[in-house]
Amino acid sequence: MTPGIELRTSPHVVKGNSVEKIMFHVVLALLPIVVFSVWQYGVSALASLVTISLVCIGSERLFNRLSDQTSTLSDWSATITGLLLALSLPPAFPLWMGAVAGFVAIALGKALFGGIGYNVMNPALVGRAFVQAAFPVAITTWIPAFAPNRFNEFAPTTFTMPLMMPPDISVWAKQALDGFTGATPLAIWKFDNVLATPADFLSGSVTASTGETSAILILLCGIYLAARKFLDWRIPVAVLGSAALTALAFQIIDPNRYPDPLFVLLSGGLMLGAVFMATDMSTSPVTPKGVWIYGALIGVVTVMIRYFGGLTEGVMYAILIANALAPLIDQVTQPRVFGQIKIKQAKPDPARGDKT
Amino acid sequence: MRTLGRESVRAAQPYQPTSMSFFPFFQRHTFARGIHPDAHKSTAGSPIRRLPFAPRMILPLAQHIGKPALPTVVVGQEVVRGEPIAKPDGFVSLPLHAPADGVIEAIDLRPSVRGPWVPAITLRAYEASTQEVRWGQPRDIDAMTPQQILAAIQDAGIAGMGGAAFPAHAKLIPPKGAMIETLIVNGAECEPYLTCDHRVMLEYTQDVMLGIRLAMRACGAKRAIIGVEDNKPDAIAMLRAGLPADGAISVEAVVTKYPQGAADTLIYALTGREVPIGERTSSIGVLLSNVMTMAYIGRLVPAGQGVIERVVTVTGLGVARPGNYLVPLGTPLRYLLDFAGAVATDRQIILGGPMMGESAASLDVSTIKGTSGVLVIPQPPPAQGRIYPCIKCGECVNVCPKGLNPSMLGMLAARGEYESMAEYHISECFECGSCSYVCPSHIPLVQQFRVAKGMLRKK
Repeated sequence: MTPGIELRTSPHVVKGNSVEKIMFHVVLALLPIVVFSVWQYGVSALASLVTISLVCIGSERLFNRLSDQTSTLSDWSATITGLLLALSLPPAFPLWMGAVAGFVAIALGKALFGGIGYNVMNPALVGRAFVQAAFPVAITTWIPAFAPNRFNEFAPTTFTMPLMMPPDISVWAKQALDGFTGATPLAIWKFDNVLATPADFLSGSVTASTGETSAILILLCGIYLAARKFLDWRIPVAVLGSAALTALAFQIIDPNRYPDPLFVLLSGGLMLGAVFMATDMSTSPVTPKGVWIYGALIGVVTVMIRYFGGLTEGVMYAILIANALAPLIDQVTQPRVFGQIKIKQAKPDPARGDKT
Repeated sequence: MRTLGRESVRAAQPYQPTSMSFFPFFQRHTFARGIHPDAHKSTAGSPIRRLPFAPRMILPLAQHIGKPALPTVVVGQEVVRGEPIAKPDGFVSLPLHAPADGVIEAIDLRPSVRGPWVPAITLRAYEASTQEVRWGQPRDIDAMTPQQILAAIQDAGIAGMGGAAFPAHAKLIPPKGAMIETLIVNGAECEPYLTCDHRVMLEYTQDVMLGIRLAMRACGAKRAIIGVEDNKPDAIAMLRAGLPADGAISVEAVVTKYPQGAADTLIYALTGREVPIGERTSSIGVLLSNVMTMAYIGRLVPAGQGVIERVVTVTGLGVARPGNYLVPLGTPLRYLLDFAGAVATDRQIILGGPMMGESAASLDVSTIKGTSGVLVIPQPPPAQGRIYPCIKCGECVNVCPKGLNPSMLGMLAARGEYESMAEYHISECFECGSCSYVCPSHIPLVQQFRVAKGMLRKK
């Protein structure tokens, strides 16, 4: 071998894409939503976002240490988990509960499976599902958006002592903003059959989780990511499309009972879930057909839970269910191999998911 | 007689430029998926230049797929340029010809691209050696039978010049029972950096046409289609101007996309038909050959001469005088790179294109019949590209021209589950490198697949 000559295997050129680059751009795309939510909910939301993100980052580093891995913080995925988790929780969620959610998200959602790439379900949603079951009251305690004192005063629940129940804030919330009912549009529709208008959603003045109110902003950030090819556009299109079609079908069946598709698309966490959570690469299928099936499944299950389930919101469970099914979807939607022409008379082919 | 779907209809119609068609999307010839690497084809405007004779030329006996040639010379024997120095050993084998006047200095082991030392003839070229080829009897090609043409192609020592180096005459004989309808001539040159086929199409146009004529007669094809990527409009125009009047040969622009020039993808792009898994192209009545192979058939068979040189693209960031060189076979890389002004330290030397070419381990390796390019690329910094686990982004599935699932195959390969990989058609992978090219986790997918295929072959 001649000195100074490097030996490598082909291909010798690469596109220059990397995990770090993809994840960093997802963080960038989340920033406008983060800024908007802080503007909307003030210091409470900011404290929640910072705390949960730092807990996620710290947990990730802790599990790197425990498993003798080099640090994986530079891939930004723990940051994304933290931000998404905080955005999907109520703005006044007690910080200690948020910290539990963040730790569970990284520990049970990610590190348990082996870290980035190996996790079966979206870590942020695993964390959220845990606190939804553990703290059902706190996770449905909302504070008003655009309260006048939001930059001066934390919500009373934010600094609840660890392991303590948060105080009741209905009186405080009514003082903060006149006429605040403390219910999300989905709950108002479900229990009182009153619909919020699209204008309510677009102005961000509805009650919701930290990052769920700005549908337009979420869409714009998603379009940026899709245009830069850091996000598979087919997934949000499939999720939103199937949710809208399902809602439309129900509305045709009974227009008095079921809301219009636009309400379904704009309310709750559907937009954030479709654009930022369902598109998590590790937990979504890789095959072209599988991606559409996966997205459509999320849309349908979301609407079903909202209409027929005990909960007012169904995006989280819909995505978790679809995450769990993603490997199976991949299995049965393997792409047709070039030259695989004699499929029908050929013997069963496991690559196409045929039974052997 | 077999008909070939879209292709047979199209052949009867005059060609319409892609840009003028009413539905350009439906008329552009291409395949599904694939990638768009940066072209780097700055040498496309460099005319073919002759390289002087290196003082010593090293000619491996196996410059082709098949049995190595048998030397017919002894050490110390004087040879003239173009004289056979080794004869074929059987049918799938080729002779060698002396690239320069000189004396046989050694017949021994020499380093090869892949590392192992291989039997080779070393020729010391006389300083007074001229470009004149003093060997070979011109043939009357009009009177030749298909068998005679095939024998003449073998005598000329022509191997596939796109890189695979399969003996051209052996490829042109269809298997028993198969009938060849169409000869597809591969002028796609989809690899980045390489422009040697492009220059051959521009400068050796008549040789290409004559070679296609001879190859069609040899294999019995009724028509030939030359597929050229649409980033070479000058080559397309030049070939069209040189087409014979009877309409048996046509030139089609194919979409510029990698790997457009692979056998299966180019056949699909031009005929709309897929070669079934496990079958040869002849099963759908098609043979495919590289355009430079055609040029050398057209150039050497009528002259009764053998392959003693070929056009090689020498380029890359580390080359001061990049271009297309007519390189005598056996020229060591050291001499070629010196002449082209390449700095060979802290560089990577690639033989062939950057997507499928091989790293050369030594500058004492020589240029052989299958060497289409010599690239000198600065080493990437070692820190670049930490290998992550597969994040299942699906990008590899979106680009694999064969419709495989490299993501899943890569995970199976990491676990050593080669039998499962066989079920997922790993044998169909032709190592184009598209999956590794796009992988954000920098997983060496192609290398894993090479290992897996090797393990499966052993079983």
